[in-house]
Amino acid sequence: MRNAIRKLMDRTNLVVGGLITLLIVAVAVFAPVLAPYHPIDDADLMVSDEPPNETFWFGTDNQGRDILSRVIYGARISLAVGLISQSFNTLIGIILGMTAGFFGKWWDDLVMGLTNIMLSIPSLIFALAVMALLGPGLLNVFFALGFTNWSYSCRITRSQVLSARSLDYVTAARALGYGRIRIMFTQILPNVIGPILVIATLGVAYAILLEASLSFLGLGVQPPTPSWGGMLSTAREQLFISPWISVFPGLAIFITVLGLNLLGDGLRDILDPHISKQK
Amino acid sequence: MLAYALRRLLQFIPTILAITIIIFLLLNVLPGNAALMSAGDQDYSIDIHYIERMKKEWGLDKPVWLRYLIYLKDLSTGNLGLSFLRKEPVYDLIRARLWPTLKLAILAMTIAVSMGIPLGFYSALKQGRWLDTLTMMGAVSGVSMPQFWLGLLLMFFVSVKLQLLPPQGYGEGRFAHIILPAFTLGVGYMALLARATRAAVVEILTTDYIRTARSKGLSELLVNVRHVWRNTLILVLTTAGLQFGALMGQTVIVEKLFSWPGLGSLLVDSIFQRDIPVTQGCILTIIMVFLLVNLVVDLLYGCIDPRISYR
Repeated sequence: MRNAIRKLMDRTNLVVGGLITLLIVAVAVFAPVLAPYHPIDDADLMVSDEPPNETFWFGTDNQGRDILSRVIYGARISLAVGLISQSFNTLIGIILGMTAGFFGKWWDDLVMGLTNIMLSIPSLIFALAVMALLGPGLLNVFFALGFTNWSYSCRITRSQVLSARSLDYVTAARALGYGRIRIMFTQILPNVIGPILVIATLGVAYAILLEASLSFLGLGVQPPTPSWGGMLSTAREQLFISPWISVFPGLAIFITVLGLNLLGDGLRDILDPHISKQK
Repeated sequence: MLAYALRRLLQFIPTILAITIIIFLLLNVLPGNAALMSAGDQDYSIDIHYIERMKKEWGLDKPVWLRYLIYLKDLSTGNLGLSFLRKEPVYDLIRARLWPTLKLAILAMTIAVSMGIPLGFYSALKQGRWLDTLTMMGAVSGVSMPQFWLGLLLMFFVSVKLQLLPPQGYGEGRFAHIILPAFTLGVGYMALLARATRAAVVEILTTDYIRTARSKGLSELLVNVRHVWRNTLILVLTTAGLQFGALMGQTVIVEKLFSWPGLGSLLVDSIFQRDIPVTQGCILTIIMVFLLVNLVVDLLYGCIDPRISYR
């Protein structure tokens, strides 16, 4: 009975997480339809710093822009950053992990060395260093975050490759005369997809948090582009005058990241119960 | 045990070397040459002679590998270079900021450990009950919450509305000033620890030695104290050590939010001012703190788990 409850809860993660994620994606895609105002151009100083009311559900900021519209458009930035940078990470991780596991020797040592070093540099600090070099801006955020978080997918791919290498079906493929590259892509890759997917989902969530942090510090996406982190940065300056600004963008980040984390947890419970519980 | 400790210490060195290389390359060599940019003062940037003179003065005319070696040599004597902007030794700047950051991180960790681990432990023992569900929902929320948002909300409600605690600043080290930043910093870490602890305990409860302990008639309490607890600690310690890096990273945000005069705010300011030696020094110090904590964690393993030191 307890097991049944447990199972149901695991599925709840997946369902709730999936629904939230779908909702956020829909908001991002249909932003122009959903948003009552333009997030940047509809600035009217006559209605600046209005608390939430019937016209402006989430209130307005110091330049008289509708916060609801900015939060809606912000979903686009966050999701873009999350998806694009995590795609980079996943790709780098898979390629490095797969080649390391397959070719072994000095290449394996090098890749694992690099992975361990990346793990010993806090992601935010590494991203800050890259932003310090490249300067602020959306494009640079993609870069900074796209090279920050590949170590987890690299490690998991490598360990899967190592354990799959000696399995019967790989030996069979080798006996059939398949080349290394072919074995890698047709035999081993499909088996790594599950755990990679889990890590990628959690990675998107993490990237969104990191982008928000960078933008909050003023080193990420620059105003007037509506990014949730950037909006919170203005909110901090206005905390005493218009506190409502700080509520909604943060809530948006929270719900999005929560949805992705639940989805990731749910996927993990289904796909691979053996990956360690923390990321 | 001694051999194990020595071995760990020796492994420490190449890691640090590699990190200095990465940080150095990242900030000095890749396109953009940030070091060069900061050497040229805005007003003089057109004057080639001035730039040449500055380059020479800051040693930027030498080849990269030589600059790295010089950097490394200086580093070994604790010399982190001079701040481009303030012309003060980076070492002094960092030393003044290190303690506030450490204080913040230690208090945050104390809050997180003292609440996260017991919650996770209890939650695992009550699997599937409402307390477990509630704790895990809280934990996943804690992991998903942007800390600066939580900090903003706390700042607003606790400091502005209720006027219970000061909203920001160091307050010359008074305790009231550290409570909000430390709590903000600790919440995410607490959530992580609770999740990790729960996962560890759930796993351990299914092992054979727990079944053996139960079957030989030990009371639940004794099983928990003697067998579960000790083994959990080893697993959780790993997470605690690894995630301490994330905590150190988060100090940057929390310090900026609460105007806390630590390493993190120094780092962010130096990035805005393009003061590369300071940026470099801060990043290196933050990573070093993290690595040292992990070294301590590794040595602790040796003490808790006798199997490890023989490996």
